[in-house]
Amino acid sequence: MPTPNALTLQQMILRLKQYWGERGCIIQEPFDMEVGAGTMCPETFLRVLGPKPYRTAYVQPSRRPADGRYGDNPNRLYKHMQLQVILKPTPADVIEQYMGSLEAIGIDLRKHDIKLEEDNWESPTLGAWGVGWQVMLDGLEITQFTYFQQCGGIDLDLIPAEITYGIERLTAFLQGVDSLYDIEWTPGVTYRDVRYTDELQYSVYNFEAANVPVLWKLFDIHESEAKRLIDDYDKTARYPLLAAYDHVLKCSNLFNTLDARGAISVTERVGVIGRVRRLAVGVAEAWVDQQAVVAAAAEVAA
Amino acid sequence: MNLLLEIGCEEIPDWMLAGALEHLSAALGELTKNLRPADAAIRTDATPRRLVVRAEGLIARQPDSEERVWGPAKSAPAPAVAGFAKKQGVDPAQLEILSDGKAEKYSYLRKIAGRATTEILAEALPQLILKTPFPKTMLWPGKGGARFIRPIRWVVALLDNQVIPFEIADVKSGNESSGHRKLGAYRFHVTYENFEDQLRANFVILSAEERKKRIRAVPTKYKCDTDLLDTLVNLTEWPTPITGNFDPEFLNLPAEVLATVMKVHQKFFSVVGPDGKDGQLAPKFVAVTNTDGDPDGLIVRGNENVLRSRFKDAQFFWDADQKRKLSERVADLANVTFQAKLGSYLEKTNRTVALVKELGGNANAERAALLAKSDLTTELVKEFTELQGVVGGLYAKAQGEPEEVATAIYDHYKPVSMDGDIPRGQTAQLAAIADKLDTLRGCFSVGMIPSGSKDPFALRRAAQGIVKIVVEGKLRLPIRQLLGGDAALEEFFFDRVRYYFREIRGFKYDEVNAVLAASSADLVDIDERLTALQQVRPTADFEPLAAAFKRISNILRQSGLSGEGIAVNPALLEAGPETTLYQRFTAVADELRGLPDYASKLERIASLRPAVDHFFDKVMVNVENPDVRQNRLALLYSVLTGFSTIADFSEIVTTSQENK
Repeated sequence: MPTPNALTLQQMILRLKQYWGERGCIIQEPFDMEVGAGTMCPETFLRVLGPKPYRTAYVQPSRRPADGRYGDNPNRLYKHMQLQVILKPTPADVIEQYMGSLEAIGIDLRKHDIKLEEDNWESPTLGAWGVGWQVMLDGLEITQFTYFQQCGGIDLDLIPAEITYGIERLTAFLQGVDSLYDIEWTPGVTYRDVRYTDELQYSVYNFEAANVPVLWKLFDIHESEAKRLIDDYDKTARYPLLAAYDHVLKCSNLFNTLDARGAISVTERVGVIGRVRRLAVGVAEAWVDQQAVVAAAAEVAA
Repeated sequence: MNLLLEIGCEEIPDWMLAGALEHLSAALGELTKNLRPADAAIRTDATPRRLVVRAEGLIARQPDSEERVWGPAKSAPAPAVAGFAKKQGVDPAQLEILSDGKAEKYSYLRKIAGRATTEILAEALPQLILKTPFPKTMLWPGKGGARFIRPIRWVVALLDNQVIPFEIADVKSGNESSGHRKLGAYRFHVTYENFEDQLRANFVILSAEERKKRIRAVPTKYKCDTDLLDTLVNLTEWPTPITGNFDPEFLNLPAEVLATVMKVHQKFFSVVGPDGKDGQLAPKFVAVTNTDGDPDGLIVRGNENVLRSRFKDAQFFWDADQKRKLSERVADLANVTFQAKLGSYLEKTNRTVALVKELGGNANAERAALLAKSDLTTELVKEFTELQGVVGGLYAKAQGEPEEVATAIYDHYKPVSMDGDIPRGQTAQLAAIADKLDTLRGCFSVGMIPSGSKDPFALRRAAQGIVKIVVEGKLRLPIRQLLGGDAALEEFFFDRVRYYFREIRGFKYDEVNAVLAASSADLVDIDERLTALQQVRPTADFEPLAAAFKRISNILRQSGLSGEGIAVNPALLEAGPETTLYQRFTAVADELRGLPDYASKLERIASLRPAVDHFFDKVMVNVENPDVRQNRLALLYSVLTGFSTIADFSEIVTTSQENK
């Protein structure tokens, strides 16, 4: 039964952005490339590296080709939205702040049941891991909370907290709807109206239409471009490592699509993950070095 | 003096609380062993957000002590003596001249004042706390910071209500605790005496026992899964159970699926059906909240909604999975990795089918082995991995496979624990053994051998499972042959055999050694021998005979007699005890052939005792005459080998030996 007066999807996003903006976060717009999770965006992957404090929050549409269900399954999406918050370093009252954000979107926590249950996170393709929890609200997982420990194979100088809200789930919970497609995006417009076609067409593409040899070719092209850029890194502040990372992300998404297409055999799988990981680690290492170069230059200038 | 230590932490994983408390209790006990009465208990408690240690009767400071410091020899020049005195901070006149046992020397009895207990604790506690062993720790707030399971946010450290001052990663110890995240105060003052009451006033029940009682106090009759109960006790500070409902239409899904969704994914207790029959579920659940109630019914409704989508998911997967039969999915297993070096699940399947044949399995067993892993490609198993096997069995049945095949697939991961049931029926048993055997042989062949606590493929459990199935299913299988002649695997497997008979079945270690030393690798036969041995062991003659056999074994070893072609020459036997022993030996050997079971055979062997004892009392083995000596050794050899075929008695540790 839908809950009257609940926030719409877009109101909820606006409130969360407002909340974190007031707490010192740079409010970023979504990264303009296809990624599997908000973590992969440079705003997280690169910014958590090195000794520089940073706070940001952004919504990131996240693509998981294998999770597509042609728009048929009420709870699965090819592309869902994550609201990603990075607090580096982690403030001591981080959990209190997080709970405050739930109050800000209209959840009276005194009337609900909230639990933090152990859930650690690891991404072999990014060489990253952390420990944390899934946050359960009345039995629903609404947030993934992670203290990053390593990224791109590098131990982090300052431990950031990563708070990832599942926007669709959280809204469906607030609105009391059973199917993600029935979420009210804004009055009179449902999630189905906005996103159904995406779900259907990308499911068709990922499971049926994608041309496997072409995707492999694209993978190789992006890999070689990323590799060239990593290999030629010249320790200057102007060197385009961000562009190198774009190509790494392309590889990651192509890998996910090929995987959903059933085009990656058992024996290949580990190898391909390793190829993406090497690129991610390469960019991360160069990035840390470049940041040190930038910091040293700034010191000399001062 | 009374000590209160509370480590306030962000939510600690529920299953790690017990280990942490164990460490804190032991480490604090060690640290304060000279500071409190030996019998004074250390009390520990935990909730997800706090580890608490309390100890009573600590003394205020260490007792003073003395230490004798030795200086220069009596003959040393005055400046050297003055130097020594200065170093000790005393006048040379205060020094004594004493002998240290070798020479006369200047010396000084230094008095060491005992340190204050609070000082000792302040110095030691930070490291003691940070050394708590957790399976996976984190660093915070950054490099050079502290390592613990999650960030520590407050510390209460009081000795007779005075703060023991220390600091961990910017958190200073104090006298302020913190309440329930939503219902209690953020910070409040506590003392040793009011600690538990203050926590309670802030919606934290410190005692795990009391939290458990609150969870149990729900009117709905639910299946009390004790693991889940412990998890919930350790996930909550103020647990309150609530009862919710789900649409009875979901009862069309198998109870296994419903129960798994409820337990594993939602941490709900499932509720037994109205007729109380096992496996019948009622459309209800019990959830345990970490709050003080649900007056508006919001929490129940939320949990019901989540469960409904979970069940809808399961229904969706179930329906989607029926579009392709298990038999059509076997080929897809080529895309599912079993282990990098051992290839895909398709390859594993083919090997397992061959093993089932080798084990003598029927066509149904082969069919089960062929289909057993194909549920790994189904949506339902991808979602609920813990239901692998079970789902395959349910699908096989729904898709018209023979009952025996469906059961074998359903059961092929069993036994899941050493208390668990073994697969039902021989077909299922052989399929389960073949699956485990393939894993063992495969892993050992590529060098993936468990060491210490490292056993990622759960090979110990696999081997243990085979032993349990073979013994309890009474299967006569050529184990050594099945292990494929791999010496490391044989050793590993027989370690599990010993473990099973000792720890699970409760046979004594020497009984197990005795039987294994005498037996082939037929586990059912080993079981029968052990049972007989255990039965005969308490009889009067048995242990003394075993002691005599050990003596014989020693004599033979010292004599260097080797086994081949030894025979007793009756003509050389001396009349009396030696001849009697020989006659008894041949008579008993004859009688044994006619006896039906191991117990009566062992009893008969034990009846040799008077003759053996008498022999040792009266007859000397190591006599001058080499022929007579050799013949006596041959007699002993015959007795020993002739009657050690059921169990090697020399392995039995007798009471007299244990007393030595």
